Amino acid sequence: MGLTITEKIFSNHLGRTVRAGELVVSEVDFMMGQDGTSPLAIQAFRELGGRRVHDPSRVVMVIDHSAPSPLEGISNLHAMMRRFAAEQGVHLYDVGCGVCHCLLPEQGHVVPGDIVIGADSHTTTYGAINAFSTGVGSTDLAAAMLTGRLWFKVPETLRLVLRGTLPAGVFSKDVALFLAGKLTADGANYLAVEYGGEVISSLSVEARFTISNMAVEMGAKAGLMEADEKTLKWISRRTARSFSPVAPDPDASYREVLEFDLRELSPQVALPHRVDNVKPVEEVEGIPIQEAVIGTCTNGRLEDLEVAARILAGRRVSPEVRLVVAPASRQVLLQAMEKGVVQRLVEAGAALVTPGCGPCVGTHNGIPADGERVISTANRNFKGRMGNANADIYLASPATVAASAVAGKITDPRRLL
Amino acid sequence: MSEGMVLEGNAWRYGRDIDTDVIIPARYLTATTPEELGPHCLEDLDPEFANKVQPGDIIVAEENFGSGSSREHAPLAIKGCGVSCVIASSFARIFYRNSINVGLPILECPQAVKDVETGHRLRVDLEAGTVENLTTGNKFQAQPFPDFMREIISRGGLVEYVRERLRESKAGGA
Repeated sequence: MGLTITEKIFSNHLGRTVRAGELVVSEVDFMMGQDGTSPLAIQAFRELGGRRVHDPSRVVMVIDHSAPSPLEGISNLHAMMRRFAAEQGVHLYDVGCGVCHCLLPEQGHVVPGDIVIGADSHTTTYGAINAFSTGVGSTDLAAAMLTGRLWFKVPETLRLVLRGTLPAGVFSKDVALFLAGKLTADGANYLAVEYGGEVISSLSVEARFTISNMAVEMGAKAGLMEADEKTLKWISRRTARSFSPVAPDPDASYREVLEFDLRELSPQVALPHRVDNVKPVEEVEGIPIQEAVIGTCTNGRLEDLEVAARILAGRRVSPEVRLVVAPASRQVLLQAMEKGVVQRLVEAGAALVTPGCGPCVGTHNGIPADGERVISTANRNFKGRMGNANADIYLASPATVAASAVAGKITDPRRLL
Repeated sequence: MSEGMVLEGNAWRYGRDIDTDVIIPARYLTATTPEELGPHCLEDLDPEFANKVQPGDIIVAEENFGSGSSREHAPLAIKGCGVSCVIASSFARIFYRNSINVGLPILECPQAVKDVETGHRLRVDLEAGTVENLTTGNKFQAQPFPDFMREIISRGGLVEYVRERLRESKAGGA
């Protein structure tokens, strides 16, 4: 019986054949903490008696969740991260660099075949470039910083085969939301997901990140894709590290293989307060909104801003709506400036904020008022997620969010594209 | 979590997909200790909870408890408000791991969850993995922990586990 991508990656790291269900201790190729989780990790590192990070070149810290700091308490936690990073020789991406999950692949830290952990649940993102990459808590990160290793239960794999070609106006975010709706919020709990099929092949690497990013919204431990020509070209431009891509065996053993034909897929919207409460846009059109958000680790990359700018060019954001745009990294911002994308967004009435997590996690940059409705390109619409438990969050693609910002109500982007 | 520990408290019963944003909203992540986090535990879901919960009480919830963000503040907040144990039909993966790492006892026991309502008196034997509903008189067997995790739990969490391993490797001259 053959091996899944996950089993092969663990087998390569352990130097023997490893099967799903085994508990293993493995080397971790790269690890990351952000400003919500690093302070506890640093604290745990000290409690562990840690003096030196095992290999500082395999660790980064990112200040993205509250960047720049909106509060004195957070400023002090940021200062603690800066001191730790300087003392340990760990690279720190400070305010303005961007969101961890955009930065790590963009800066060439992650390559196919890696085992990566991040003290952030959306670390599943790098599965799109063929890495086994998963979110952990702060204490796990501390242990891994100290030893270079971590224990894992090698997960079984659910393979999702996505058939067909996406219709115009339908994007990878719609696929991610559709799958969350079909599989539900714990449909892949404790499992790795492997995505395959023509839909994945047809997408850009950027668009693929969106899908792996949201694997965790189905409870998945990782969301892996094979490395194809596009992946290899994308990575080679960004890294000096050597790597070997990992493909599943044709006779790999899966928990389940599910096929979806996406030729007829509509733009999708997740309704409050659950990511798996998903409906086609046709069923929710017309719901008035007061805030629209484009950005985050799910959809703050260049092509996300480009599609929004395409819709907003020559149009105005509704006077009833605040449109907040947070590019996912400084590099994304610079490219968007060069291409005139920022110009078009701001001319249309968007408020541009610092590259980072923006208002997604509810610490700053656009906390909604009581009773308001927000449409966002983020990955979570939990009650209180954006900082106010009395607000409603709808999730959609950058195109749907931009179209809705123009109309002042949830709108099918295919009307405006 | 010491050996043979028996916990007793009143149940607080919640539904499915209780996420870590609702367990402890991000606006409180400036705090890093259970004592500071506890008073805000579950406040967006049940504003009365943190005021009314008594030391030793037990949270009982349906599937996918602790979904969402990887914030370790979530199990710390639950510990900080005095909750002795969480029983759920299932746990989200990162929360499960974080709870073990910070020493918050958790048990997967869907049958017990079906039997429990808020206010029921529960007795939990962590060693035996049993949940007894003293109000209904029913007793349930929870999923046992894998051996590997039992080892971490028996040392009181990951910090102690790693410390001990480091001491061993130093003693061994490695």
